[in-house]
Amino acid sequence: MTDSAQDVGEQRQKKDVRDRWLLSAPALVLILAAGVGPLLIVVFYSFLAPGSYGDVKLEFSSEGWFNVLFTRDIFDETVSLADAHFLIFWRSVKLAFATTVLCLIFGFPTAYFIATRAPHNRSLWLFLITIPFWTNMLIRTFAIQEVIRSEGIVNSFLMSIGLISSPIQMMFTDFAIMLGMTYVYLPLMVLPLYASLEKLDFRLIEAGYDLYASRFGVLWRIVIPLVKPGIIAGSILVFVPALSAYVVPRVLGGGKNLMLGNLIELQFGQGRNWPLGAALSVTLVIIVLFAMLYYVRNASKSGGSAHG
Amino acid sequence: MAKSFSIKRQPGFATIAMLCFFLLYLPIATLVVYSFNSGTSIATWEGFSLRWFESAWNNQQVMEASWRSLRIAAVAAVIATACATLAAIATTRTAPYRGLTFKYSIINMPLLVPEIVTAVALLILFSRIKVWTGYSGLGYLIVAHAAFCIPFAYMPIRARLESMDLSLERAASDLYASSFQTFRYVTLPLLWPGILAGLMLAFVISLDDVVITEFVKSGGQDTLPTYMLGQLRRVVTPEMNAISTAFLVLSLAIVTVFFFLSRNPNKNNE
Repeated sequence: MTDSAQDVGEQRQKKDVRDRWLLSAPALVLILAAGVGPLLIVVFYSFLAPGSYGDVKLEFSSEGWFNVLFTRDIFDETVSLADAHFLIFWRSVKLAFATTVLCLIFGFPTAYFIATRAPHNRSLWLFLITIPFWTNMLIRTFAIQEVIRSEGIVNSFLMSIGLISSPIQMMFTDFAIMLGMTYVYLPLMVLPLYASLEKLDFRLIEAGYDLYASRFGVLWRIVIPLVKPGIIAGSILVFVPALSAYVVPRVLGGGKNLMLGNLIELQFGQGRNWPLGAALSVTLVIIVLFAMLYYVRNASKSGGSAHG
Repeated sequence: MAKSFSIKRQPGFATIAMLCFFLLYLPIATLVVYSFNSGTSIATWEGFSLRWFESAWNNQQVMEASWRSLRIAAVAAVIATACATLAAIATTRTAPYRGLTFKYSIINMPLLVPEIVTAVALLILFSRIKVWTGYSGLGYLIVAHAAFCIPFAYMPIRARLESMDLSLERAASDLYASSFQTFRYVTLPLLWPGILAGLMLAFVISLDDVVITEFVKSGGQDTLPTYMLGQLRRVVTPEMNAISTAFLVLSLAIVTVFFFLSRNPNKNNE
Protein backbone atom coordinates (compact mmCIF):
# COMPACT_ATOMS: atom_id res chain seq x y z
CA MET A 1 0.00 0.00 0.00
CA THR A 2 1.33 3.45 -0.90
CA ASP A 3 1.53 6.21 1.65
CA SER A 4 -1.34 8.21 0.19
CA ALA A 5 -3.65 5.22 0.11
CA GLN A 6 -2.86 4.61 3.75
CA ASP A 7 -3.69 8.26 4.47
CA VAL A 8 -7.04 7.97 2.73
CA GLY A 9 -7.76 4.82 4.68
CA GLU A 10 -6.87 6.47 7.94
CA GLN A 11 -8.97 9.52 7.15
CA ARG A 12 -11.92 7.36 6.27
CA GLN A 13 -11.52 5.51 9.55
CA LYS A 14 -11.42 8.80 11.48
CA LYS A 15 -14.55 10.00 9.69
CA ASP A 16 -16.23 6.69 10.48
CA VAL A 17 -15.49 7.04 14.18
CA ARG A 18 -16.71 10.65 14.14
CA ASP A 19 -19.94 9.62 12.42
CA ARG A 20 -20.43 6.93 15.01
CA TRP A 21 -20.12 9.48 17.81
CA LEU A 22 -22.64 11.73 16.07
CA LEU A 23 -25.08 8.85 15.65
CA SER A 24 -24.87 7.77 19.26
CA ALA A 25 -25.04 11.35 20.57
CA PRO A 26 -28.84 11.59 21.03
CA ALA A 27 -29.01 8.41 23.12
CA LEU A 28 -25.95 9.35 25.18
CA VAL A 29 -27.15 12.91 25.81
CA LEU A 30 -30.63 11.77 26.81
CA ILE A 31 -29.36 9.14 29.23
CA LEU A 32 -26.70 11.44 30.68
CA ALA A 33 -29.27 14.22 31.14
CA ALA A 34 -32.12 12.18 32.59
CA GLY A 35 -30.45 9.10 34.00
CA VAL A 36 -26.83 9.40 35.02
CA GLY A 37 -26.28 13.16 35.38
CA PRO A 38 -28.93 13.65 38.05
CA LEU A 39 -27.10 11.06 40.19
CA LEU A 40 -24.30 13.58 40.62
CA ILE A 41 -26.85 16.08 41.94
CA VAL A 42 -27.93 13.46 44.47
CA VAL A 43 -24.33 13.10 45.67
CA PHE A 44 -24.10 16.91 45.91
CA TYR A 45 -27.38 17.18 47.81
CA SER A 46 -26.27 14.59 50.36
CA PHE A 47 -23.71 17.13 51.60
CA LEU A 48 -26.16 20.03 52.06
CA ALA A 49 -28.35 21.09 54.96
CA PRO A 50 -32.08 20.30 54.86
CA GLY A 51 -34.51 23.14 54.17
CA SER A 52 -37.35 23.63 56.60
CA TYR A 53 -40.06 22.62 54.10
CA GLY A 54 -38.27 19.98 52.08
CA ASP A 55 -35.57 20.73 49.53
CA VAL A 56 -32.15 21.95 50.78
CA LYS A 57 -30.28 25.04 51.93
CA LEU A 58 -27.11 25.84 50.01
CA GLU A 59 -24.65 25.28 52.84
CA PHE A 60 -22.28 22.40 53.53
CA SER A 61 -23.40 19.90 56.11
CA SER A 62 -22.43 16.34 56.91
CA GLU A 63 -25.64 15.89 58.88
CA GLY A 64 -27.27 13.95 56.02
CA TRP A 65 -24.57 11.28 56.13
CA PHE A 66 -24.42 11.43 59.93
CA ASN A 67 -28.14 10.70 60.04
CA VAL A 68 -27.77 7.56 57.97
CA LEU A 69 -26.31 5.77 60.98
CA PHE A 70 -26.92 8.03 63.98
CA THR A 71 -29.65 10.15 65.49
CA ARG A 72 -29.19 13.23 67.62
CA ASP A 73 -31.61 13.76 70.45
CA ILE A 74 -33.67 16.91 69.85
CA PHE A 75 -33.37 18.11 73.46
CA ASP A 76 -29.97 17.24 74.84
CA GLU A 77 -28.08 16.58 71.59
CA THR A 78 -26.90 13.17 72.72
CA VAL A 79 -25.87 10.94 69.83
CA SER A 80 -27.17 7.41 69.53
CA LEU A 81 -27.27 4.81 66.79
CA ALA A 82 -30.27 5.14 64.47
CA ASP A 83 -31.92 1.84 65.42
CA ALA A 84 -34.78 2.33 62.98
CA HIS A 85 -32.35 2.72 60.09
CA PHE A 86 -30.34 -0.34 61.09
CA LEU A 87 -33.55 -2.29 61.31
CA ILE A 88 -34.55 -1.22 57.80
CA PHE A 89 -31.06 -1.88 56.37
CA TRP A 90 -31.09 -5.29 57.98
CA ARG A 91 -34.60 -6.07 56.76
CA SER A 92 -33.70 -5.00 53.21
CA VAL A 93 -30.56 -7.12 53.08
CA LYS A 94 -32.24 -10.07 54.79
CA LEU A 95 -35.33 -10.04 52.55
CA ALA A 96 -33.31 -9.44 49.37
CA PHE A 97 -31.04 -12.34 50.28
CA ALA A 98 -33.94 -14.65 51.16
CA THR A 99 -35.66 -13.69 47.91
CA THR A 100 -32.52 -14.51 45.93
CA VAL A 101 -32.19 -17.92 47.59
CA LEU A 102 -35.88 -18.72 47.04
CA CYS A 103 -35.65 -17.65 43.39
CA LEU A 104 -32.62 -19.90 43.01
CA ILE A 105 -34.35 -22.88 44.63
CA PHE A 106 -37.37 -22.53 42.34
CA GLY A 107 -35.60 -21.05 39.34
CA PHE A 108 -32.78 -23.54 38.91
CA PRO A 109 -34.93 -26.65 38.42
CA THR A 110 -37.25 -24.64 36.17
CA ALA A 111 -34.41 -23.39 33.98
CA TYR A 112 -32.95 -26.90 33.91
CA PHE A 113 -36.31 -28.31 32.91
CA ILE A 114 -36.64 -25.81 30.04
CA ALA A 115 -33.06 -26.37 28.88
CA THR A 116 -33.58 -30.13 28.66
CA ARG A 117 -36.75 -29.92 26.52
CA ALA A 118 -36.57 -30.60 22.78
CA PRO A 119 -35.12 -27.48 21.07
CA HIS A 120 -38.32 -26.48 19.26
CA ASN A 121 -40.31 -26.61 22.52
CA ARG A 122 -37.91 -24.49 24.53
CA SER A 123 -38.99 -21.12 23.18
CA LEU A 124 -42.58 -21.83 24.16
CA TRP A 125 -41.61 -22.68 27.75
CA LEU A 126 -39.40 -19.59 27.85
CA PHE A 127 -42.27 -17.52 26.57
CA LEU A 128 -44.40 -18.84 29.46
CA ILE A 129 -41.73 -17.60 31.88
CA THR A 130 -41.44 -14.19 30.25
CA ILE A 131 -45.18 -13.42 30.06
CA PRO A 132 -45.49 -12.68 33.78
CA PHE A 133 -42.27 -10.71 33.50
CA TRP A 134 -43.80 -8.34 30.96
CA THR A 135 -47.05 -7.88 32.80
CA ASN A 136 -47.05 -4.84 35.00
CA MET A 137 -45.21 -5.38 38.27
CA LEU A 138 -47.92 -3.53 40.17
CA ILE A 139 -50.56 -5.89 38.77
CA ARG A 140 -48.50 -8.90 39.82
CA THR A 141 -48.07 -7.45 43.29
CA PHE A 142 -51.81 -6.81 43.44
CA ALA A 143 -52.41 -10.42 42.32
CA ILE A 144 -50.25 -11.73 45.18
CA GLN A 145 -52.11 -9.49 47.59
CA GLU A 146 -55.39 -11.02 46.43
CA VAL A 147 -54.05 -14.52 47.00
CA ILE A 148 -52.66 -14.04 50.51
CA ARG A 149 -55.25 -11.68 51.99
CA SER A 150 -57.23 -12.90 54.98
CA GLU A 151 -60.20 -13.48 52.63
CA GLY A 152 -57.93 -14.64 49.81
CA ILE A 153 -57.91 -18.06 48.19
CA VAL A 154 -55.05 -19.48 50.26
CA ASN A 155 -56.80 -18.79 53.55
CA SER A 156 -60.24 -19.83 52.30
CA PHE A 157 -58.76 -23.05 50.93
CA LEU A 158 -56.97 -23.87 54.18
CA MET A 159 -60.11 -23.09 56.15
CA SER A 160 -62.36 -25.16 53.90
CA ILE A 161 -60.21 -28.26 54.36
CA GLY A 162 -60.22 -27.57 58.08
CA LEU A 163 -56.48 -27.10 58.50
CA ILE A 164 -56.95 -23.74 60.20
CA SER A 165 -59.98 -22.28 61.90
CA SER A 166 -59.26 -18.59 61.46
CA PRO A 167 -57.35 -16.89 58.61
CA ILE A 168 -53.58 -16.56 58.94
CA GLN A 169 -52.46 -12.94 58.81
CA MET A 170 -49.98 -12.90 55.91
CA MET A 171 -50.45 -9.39 54.54
CA PHE A 172 -48.28 -6.63 56.02
CA THR A 173 -45.53 -9.00 57.16
CA ASP A 174 -41.94 -9.57 56.06
CA PHE A 175 -43.12 -12.92 54.76
CA ALA A 176 -45.54 -11.21 52.38
CA ILE A 177 -42.77 -8.95 51.04
CA MET A 178 -40.46 -11.92 50.53
CA LEU A 179 -43.18 -13.91 48.78
CA GLY A 180 -44.13 -10.97 46.57
CA MET A 181 -40.54 -10.24 45.59
CA THR A 182 -39.85 -13.90 44.81
CA TYR A 183 -42.93 -13.96 42.62
CA VAL A 184 -42.07 -10.71 40.85
CA TYR A 185 -38.35 -11.35 40.29
CA LEU A 186 -38.35 -15.09 39.54
CA PRO A 187 -38.12 -14.63 35.72
CA LEU A 188 -34.96 -12.55 36.24
CA MET A 189 -33.37 -15.64 37.80
CA VAL A 190 -34.66 -18.18 35.28
CA LEU A 191 -33.54 -16.35 32.13
CA PRO A 192 -29.76 -16.11 32.78
CA LEU A 193 -29.78 -19.61 34.33
CA TYR A 194 -31.40 -20.93 31.19
CA ALA A 195 -28.85 -19.13 29.01
CA SER A 196 -26.05 -20.96 30.89
CA LEU A 197 -27.77 -24.33 31.08
CA GLU A 198 -28.63 -24.29 27.39
CA LYS A 199 -24.91 -24.25 26.56
CA LEU A 200 -24.19 -27.11 28.94
CA ASP A 201 -22.30 -29.94 27.26
CA PHE A 202 -24.20 -33.07 28.27
CA ARG A 203 -21.31 -35.31 27.22
CA LEU A 204 -19.61 -34.17 30.42
CA ILE A 205 -22.60 -35.39 32.40
CA GLU A 206 -22.52 -38.71 30.58
CA ALA A 207 -18.84 -38.98 31.43
CA GLY A 208 -19.75 -38.35 35.06
CA TYR A 209 -22.26 -41.19 35.05
CA ASP A 210 -19.75 -43.46 33.31
CA LEU A 211 -17.47 -42.82 36.24
CA TYR A 212 -20.21 -43.93 38.65
CA ALA A 213 -21.30 -40.52 39.87
CA SER A 214 -24.72 -40.39 41.51
CA ARG A 215 -27.47 -38.08 40.23
CA PHE A 216 -26.71 -35.66 43.01
CA GLY A 217 -22.96 -35.99 42.43
CA VAL A 218 -23.41 -35.02 38.78
CA LEU A 219 -25.58 -32.06 39.73
CA TRP A 220 -23.30 -30.85 42.50
CA ARG A 221 -19.90 -31.48 40.93
CA ILE A 222 -20.54 -31.01 37.20
CA VAL A 223 -23.69 -29.04 36.42
CA ILE A 224 -23.54 -26.39 39.13
CA PRO A 225 -19.83 -25.53 38.68
CA LEU A 226 -20.35 -25.23 34.91
CA VAL A 227 -23.33 -22.90 35.15
CA LYS A 228 -21.87 -20.84 37.99
CA PRO A 229 -21.72 -17.67 35.83
CA GLY A 230 -25.46 -18.01 35.18
CA ILE A 231 -26.15 -18.55 38.88
CA ILE A 232 -24.18 -15.44 39.79
CA ALA A 233 -25.80 -13.37 37.03
CA GLY A 234 -29.29 -14.46 38.08
CA SER A 235 -28.56 -13.84 41.75
CA ILE A 236 -27.33 -10.30 41.04
CA LEU A 237 -30.29 -9.61 38.76
CA VAL A 238 -32.65 -10.61 41.59
CA PHE A 239 -30.70 -9.25 44.56
CA VAL A 240 -30.21 -5.72 43.20
CA PRO A 241 -33.83 -4.84 42.44
CA ALA A 242 -34.98 -6.71 45.56
CA LEU A 243 -32.65 -4.65 47.73
CA SER A 244 -34.00 -1.41 46.26
CA ALA A 245 -37.61 -2.59 46.00
CA TYR A 246 -40.24 0.07 46.53
CA VAL A 247 -43.56 -1.08 45.13
CA VAL A 248 -43.72 -4.57 46.68
CA PRO A 249 -42.94 -3.51 50.28
CA ARG A 250 -45.24 -0.50 49.91
CA VAL A 251 -48.20 -2.64 48.87
CA LEU A 252 -47.56 -5.90 50.73
CA GLY A 253 -45.65 -4.57 53.72
CA GLY A 254 -48.17 -1.92 54.65
CA GLY A 255 -46.92 1.21 56.36
CA LYS A 256 -44.68 -0.35 58.97
CA ASN A 257 -42.51 -2.98 57.25
CA LEU A 258 -40.30 -0.50 55.41
CA MET A 259 -37.40 -1.34 53.14
CA LEU A 260 -34.61 0.94 51.93
CA GLY A 261 -36.62 2.22 48.96
CA ASN A 262 -39.48 3.27 51.21
CA LEU A 263 -37.11 4.87 53.71
CA ILE A 264 -35.65 6.97 50.90
CA GLU A 265 -39.11 7.98 49.71
CA LEU A 266 -40.07 8.93 53.23
CA GLN A 267 -37.21 11.47 53.42
CA PHE A 268 -38.47 13.20 50.28
CA GLY A 269 -42.09 13.07 51.42
CA GLN A 270 -43.20 13.38 55.02
CA GLY A 271 -39.68 13.28 56.45
CA ARG A 272 -38.64 16.45 54.59
CA ASN A 273 -35.00 15.52 54.99
CA TRP A 274 -33.68 15.58 51.45
CA PRO A 275 -29.97 15.37 52.38
CA LEU A 276 -30.63 12.20 54.40
CA GLY A 277 -32.66 10.79 51.51
CA ALA A 278 -29.83 11.65 49.12
CA ALA A 279 -27.23 10.05 51.41
CA LEU A 280 -29.35 6.89 51.67
CA SER A 281 -29.68 6.80 47.88
CA VAL A 282 -25.91 7.08 47.45
CA THR A 283 -25.46 4.29 50.01
CA LEU A 284 -27.81 2.09 48.01
CA VAL A 285 -25.93 2.80 44.77
CA ILE A 286 -22.63 1.93 46.47
CA ILE A 287 -23.99 -1.41 47.70
CA VAL A 288 -25.27 -2.15 44.19
CA LEU A 289 -21.90 -1.23 42.67
CA PHE A 290 -20.13 -3.64 45.01
CA ALA A 291 -22.54 -6.39 44.03
CA MET A 292 -21.83 -5.66 40.34
CA LEU A 293 -18.10 -5.61 40.90
CA TYR A 294 -18.32 -8.95 42.66
CA TYR A 295 -20.25 -10.30 39.70
CA VAL A 296 -17.82 -9.00 37.06
CA ARG A 297 -14.80 -10.42 38.90
CA ASN A 298 -16.39 -13.82 39.48
CA ALA A 299 -17.94 -14.10 36.05
CA SER A 300 -14.59 -13.57 34.33
CA LYS A 301 -12.92 -16.00 36.71
CA SER A 302 -15.45 -18.81 36.31
CA GLY A 303 -15.77 -18.09 32.59
CA GLY A 304 -12.08 -18.90 32.27
CA SER A 305 -12.14 -22.03 34.38
CA ALA A 306 -15.25 -23.44 32.72
CA HIS A 307 -13.31 -23.82 29.50
CA GLY A 308 -10.23 -25.18 31.21
CA MET B 1 -29.42 -40.86 22.75
CA ALA B 2 -32.37 -43.10 23.38
CA LYS B 3 -31.52 -44.87 26.59
CA SER B 4 -33.78 -45.95 29.39
CA PHE B 5 -31.39 -44.12 31.72
CA SER B 6 -31.75 -40.47 30.76
CA ILE B 7 -28.62 -38.51 31.60
CA LYS B 8 -30.57 -35.27 31.51
CA ARG B 9 -33.05 -36.18 34.22
CA GLN B 10 -32.70 -34.88 37.73
CA PRO B 11 -35.19 -36.24 40.28
CA GLY B 12 -37.86 -33.73 41.29
CA PHE B 13 -36.80 -31.03 38.88
CA ALA B 14 -39.75 -31.47 36.53
CA THR B 15 -42.12 -31.39 39.51
CA ILE B 16 -40.61 -28.18 40.85
CA ALA B 17 -40.73 -26.65 37.36
CA MET B 18 -44.40 -27.52 36.97
CA LEU B 19 -45.13 -26.16 40.44
CA CYS B 20 -43.27 -23.01 39.45
CA PHE B 21 -45.35 -22.48 36.31
CA PHE B 22 -48.51 -23.20 38.29
CA LEU B 23 -47.61 -20.70 41.01
CA LEU B 24 -46.60 -18.07 38.43
CA TYR B 25 -49.99 -18.19 36.79
CA LEU B 26 -52.28 -18.91 39.74
CA PRO B 27 -52.37 -15.33 41.12
CA ILE B 28 -52.78 -13.78 37.68
CA ALA B 29 -55.52 -16.25 36.78
CA THR B 30 -57.36 -15.54 40.05
CA LEU B 31 -57.10 -11.82 39.36
CA VAL B 32 -58.56 -12.22 35.88
CA VAL B 33 -61.36 -14.56 37.00
CA TYR B 34 -62.55 -12.20 39.73
CA SER B 35 -62.68 -9.28 37.33
CA PHE B 36 -65.78 -11.00 35.93
CA ASN B 37 -67.39 -11.38 39.36
CA SER B 38 -70.84 -9.86 39.62
CA GLY B 39 -70.55 -9.27 43.37
CA THR B 40 -68.56 -6.51 45.05
CA SER B 41 -66.18 -8.95 46.72
CA ILE B 42 -62.82 -9.91 45.32
CA ALA B 43 -62.92 -13.17 47.26
CA THR B 44 -66.35 -14.76 46.87
CA TRP B 45 -67.68 -15.66 43.45
CA GLU B 46 -71.23 -14.48 42.82
CA GLY B 47 -71.69 -15.11 39.13
CA PHE B 48 -70.45 -13.83 35.81
CA SER B 49 -70.84 -10.21 34.86
CA LEU B 50 -69.08 -7.46 32.95
CA ARG B 51 -70.23 -4.74 35.34
CA TRP B 52 -66.74 -3.94 36.62
CA PHE B 53 -65.39 -3.43 33.14
CA GLU B 54 -68.32 -1.12 32.54
CA SER B 55 -67.68 0.72 35.77
CA ALA B 56 -63.97 1.11 34.93
CA TRP B 57 -64.88 2.35 31.47
CA ASN B 58 -67.19 4.97 33.00
CA ASN B 59 -64.66 6.00 35.63
CA GLN B 60 -63.38 9.39 34.48
CA GLN B 61 -60.12 9.11 36.47
CA VAL B 62 -59.30 5.68 35.07
CA MET B 63 -59.91 6.74 31.51
CA GLU B 64 -57.87 9.91 31.87
CA ALA B 65 -54.98 8.03 33.48
CA SER B 66 -55.07 5.33 30.79
CA TRP B 67 -55.12 7.88 28.01
CA ARG B 68 -52.21 9.74 29.63
CA SER B 69 -50.25 6.48 30.03
CA LEU B 70 -50.73 5.61 26.38
CA ARG B 71 -49.71 9.07 25.17
CA ILE B 72 -46.57 9.16 27.30
CA ALA B 73 -45.63 5.61 26.31
CA ALA B 74 -46.17 6.31 22.60
CA VAL B 75 -44.07 9.48 22.50
CA ALA B 76 -41.37 8.14 24.84
CA ALA B 77 -41.12 4.86 22.90
CA VAL B 78 -40.71 6.66 19.57
CA ILE B 79 -37.99 8.95 20.97
CA ALA B 80 -36.22 6.07 22.71
CA THR B 81 -36.36 3.85 19.63
CA ALA B 82 -35.05 6.58 17.33
CA CYS B 83 -32.12 7.24 19.69
CA ALA B 84 -31.53 3.52 20.19
CA THR B 85 -31.53 2.79 16.45
CA LEU B 86 -28.89 5.42 15.77
CA ALA B 87 -26.87 4.26 18.76
CA ALA B 88 -27.13 0.63 17.65
CA ILE B 89 -25.85 1.50 14.17
CA ALA B 90 -23.01 3.44 15.79
CA THR B 91 -21.97 0.60 18.09
CA THR B 92 -22.28 -2.55 15.97
CA ARG B 93 -20.41 -4.06 13.05
CA THR B 94 -17.22 -2.16 13.73
CA ALA B 95 -13.73 -2.81 14.91
CA PRO B 96 -13.43 -1.69 18.55
CA TYR B 97 -12.69 2.02 18.75
CA ARG B 98 -11.96 4.36 21.61
CA GLY B 99 -15.10 5.18 23.49
CA LEU B 100 -17.05 2.10 22.43
CA THR B 101 -17.04 0.58 25.91
CA PHE B 102 -17.97 3.99 27.31
CA LYS B 103 -21.00 4.06 25.01
CA TYR B 104 -22.05 0.55 26.02
CA SER B 105 -21.85 1.37 29.69
CA ILE B 106 -23.78 4.63 29.35
CA ILE B 107 -26.51 2.99 27.29
CA ASN B 108 -26.88 0.16 29.82
CA MET B 109 -26.63 2.46 32.83
CA PRO B 110 -30.41 2.82 33.37
CA LEU B 111 -30.57 -0.96 33.85
CA LEU B 112 -27.99 -0.88 36.64
CA VAL B 113 -28.98 2.11 38.73
CA PRO B 114 -31.78 1.26 41.20
CA GLU B 115 -35.01 2.78 39.95
CA ILE B 116 -35.76 4.47 43.25
CA VAL B 117 -32.45 6.36 43.07
CA THR B 118 -33.08 7.54 39.50
CA ALA B 119 -36.55 8.58 40.62
CA VAL B 120 -35.18 10.64 43.50
CA ALA B 121 -32.50 12.17 41.28
CA LEU B 122 -35.08 13.22 38.69
CA LEU B 123 -37.36 14.58 41.40
CA ILE B 124 -34.55 16.87 42.56
CA LEU B 125 -33.54 17.95 39.05
CA PHE B 126 -37.05 18.48 37.69
CA SER B 127 -38.34 20.30 40.76
CA ARG B 128 -35.54 22.85 40.18
CA ILE B 129 -36.33 23.14 36.48
CA LYS B 130 -40.03 23.50 37.27
CA VAL B 131 -39.27 26.49 39.49
CA TRP B 132 -36.94 28.08 36.93
CA THR B 133 -39.08 27.66 33.85
CA GLY B 134 -42.59 27.45 35.28
CA TYR B 135 -43.32 24.58 32.88
CA SER B 136 -44.98 21.59 34.53
CA GLY B 137 -46.43 19.60 31.64
CA LEU B 138 -46.01 16.00 30.58
CA GLY B 139 -42.60 16.77 29.05
CA TYR B 140 -40.74 15.73 32.20
CA LEU B 141 -42.38 12.33 32.27
CA ILE B 142 -41.71 11.83 28.56
CA VAL B 143 -38.02 12.69 28.89
CA ALA B 144 -37.62 10.44 31.95
CA HIS B 145 -39.42 7.54 30.28
CA ALA B 146 -37.52 7.94 26.99
CA ALA B 147 -34.20 7.81 28.89
CA PHE B 148 -34.85 4.55 30.73
CA CYS B 149 -36.49 2.95 27.69
CA ILE B 150 -33.38 3.39 25.50
CA PRO B 151 -31.52 0.27 26.72
CA PHE B 152 -34.64 -1.86 26.18
CA ALA B 153 -35.17 -0.57 22.64
CA TYR B 154 -31.44 -0.92 21.97
CA MET B 155 -31.25 -4.66 22.75
CA PRO B 156 -33.39 -6.13 19.94
CA ILE B 157 -32.16 -3.58 17.38
CA ARG B 158 -28.56 -4.40 18.15
CA ALA B 159 -29.28 -8.14 18.04
CA ARG B 160 -30.91 -7.73 14.62
CA LEU B 161 -28.03 -5.63 13.28
CA GLU B 162 -25.47 -8.17 14.40
CA SER B 163 -27.28 -11.02 12.70
CA MET B 164 -27.57 -9.03 9.43
CA ASP B 165 -25.47 -9.76 6.38
CA LEU B 166 -22.98 -7.03 5.50
CA SER B 167 -22.65 -8.16 1.88
CA LEU B 168 -25.94 -6.59 0.77
CA GLU B 169 -24.81 -3.18 1.91
CA ARG B 170 -21.42 -3.70 0.28
CA ALA B 171 -23.19 -4.61 -2.95
CA ALA B 172 -25.26 -1.43 -2.75
CA SER B 173 -22.21 0.79 -2.33
CA ASP B 174 -20.43 -1.11 -5.10
CA LEU B 175 -23.34 -0.10 -7.29
CA TYR B 176 -22.67 3.57 -6.42
CA ALA B 177 -25.45 4.03 -3.88
CA SER B 178 -24.65 6.92 -1.55
CA SER B 179 -24.34 6.01 2.11
CA PHE B 180 -27.75 7.56 2.74
CA GLN B 181 -29.31 5.58 -0.11
CA THR B 182 -27.71 2.39 1.20
CA PHE B 183 -29.16 3.08 4.61
CA ARG B 184 -32.59 4.05 3.31
CA TYR B 185 -33.08 1.24 0.79
CA VAL B 186 -30.98 -1.61 2.16
CA THR B 187 -30.18 -1.31 5.87
CA LEU B 188 -33.46 0.16 7.09
CA PRO B 189 -35.81 -2.38 5.46
CA LEU B 190 -33.67 -5.22 6.80
CA LEU B 191 -33.50 -3.66 10.24
CA TRP B 192 -37.21 -2.88 10.41
CA PRO B 193 -38.35 -5.95 12.44
CA GLY B 194 -35.67 -5.14 15.02
CA ILE B 195 -36.79 -1.52 15.22
CA LEU B 196 -40.44 -2.55 15.64
CA ALA B 197 -39.48 -5.03 18.34
CA GLY B 198 -37.49 -2.30 20.12
CA LEU B 199 -40.42 0.09 19.83
CA MET B 200 -42.81 -2.40 21.41
CA LEU B 201 -40.47 -3.28 24.21
CA ALA B 202 -39.95 0.42 24.98
CA PHE B 203 -43.71 0.98 24.86
CA VAL B 204 -44.44 -1.81 27.34
CA ILE B 205 -41.62 -0.74 29.66
CA SER B 206 -42.88 2.84 29.68
CA LEU B 207 -46.46 1.71 30.21
CA ASP B 208 -45.41 -0.42 33.21
CA ASP B 209 -43.34 2.14 35.03
CA VAL B 210 -44.49 3.01 38.54
CA VAL B 211 -41.58 4.28 40.61
CA ILE B 212 -40.06 6.96 38.38
CA THR B 213 -43.49 8.22 37.32
CA GLU B 214 -44.66 8.38 40.94
CA PHE B 215 -41.77 10.72 41.81
CA VAL B 216 -41.63 12.83 38.64
CA LYS B 217 -45.34 13.48 38.03
CA SER B 218 -46.87 16.81 38.98
CA GLY B 219 -50.32 17.04 40.54
CA GLY B 220 -53.08 15.59 38.35
CA GLN B 221 -50.64 13.70 36.15
CA ASP B 222 -51.47 10.19 37.30
CA THR B 223 -50.72 7.42 34.84
CA LEU B 224 -52.68 4.18 35.11
CA PRO B 225 -50.03 2.43 37.29
CA THR B 226 -49.67 5.36 39.71
CA TYR B 227 -53.47 5.67 39.87
CA MET B 228 -53.66 1.97 40.75
CA LEU B 229 -50.92 2.33 43.34
CA GLY B 230 -52.96 5.06 45.02
CA GLN B 231 -56.12 2.94 44.91
CA LEU B 232 -54.49 -0.14 46.42
CA ARG B 233 -54.33 1.65 49.75
CA ARG B 234 -58.11 1.85 49.92
CA VAL B 235 -60.78 -0.82 49.86
CA VAL B 236 -60.32 -2.67 46.61
CA THR B 237 -63.30 -3.62 44.46
CA PRO B 238 -63.26 -5.93 41.40
CA GLU B 239 -62.98 -2.73 39.35
CA MET B 240 -59.25 -2.93 40.05
CA ASN B 241 -59.29 -6.49 38.72
CA ALA B 242 -61.08 -5.32 35.60
CA ILE B 243 -58.53 -2.54 35.01
CA SER B 244 -55.69 -5.01 35.61
CA THR B 245 -57.20 -7.53 33.22
CA ALA B 246 -57.56 -4.96 30.45
CA PHE B 247 -54.00 -3.74 31.07
CA LEU B 248 -52.74 -7.33 31.05
CA VAL B 249 -54.43 -8.14 27.75
CA LEU B 250 -52.87 -5.06 26.15
CA SER B 251 -49.35 -5.88 27.39
CA LEU B 252 -49.77 -9.49 26.40
CA ALA B 253 -50.82 -8.58 22.87
CA ILE B 254 -47.81 -6.31 22.44
CA VAL B 255 -45.39 -8.86 23.90
CA THR B 256 -46.75 -11.63 21.68
CA VAL B 257 -46.16 -9.52 18.58
CA PHE B 258 -42.71 -8.69 19.92
CA PHE B 259 -42.00 -12.38 20.44
CA PHE B 260 -42.75 -13.22 16.81
CA LEU B 261 -40.88 -10.20 15.47
CA SER B 262 -37.71 -10.98 17.37
CA ARG B 263 -37.91 -14.71 16.59
CA ASN B 264 -37.50 -14.28 12.84
CA PRO B 265 -33.75 -13.64 12.55
CA ASN B 266 -32.96 -16.72 14.64
CA LYS B 267 -35.05 -18.87 12.35
CA ASN B 268 -33.07 -17.69 9.33
CA ASN B 269 -29.90 -18.71 11.07
CA GLU B 270 -31.01 -22.20 11.87
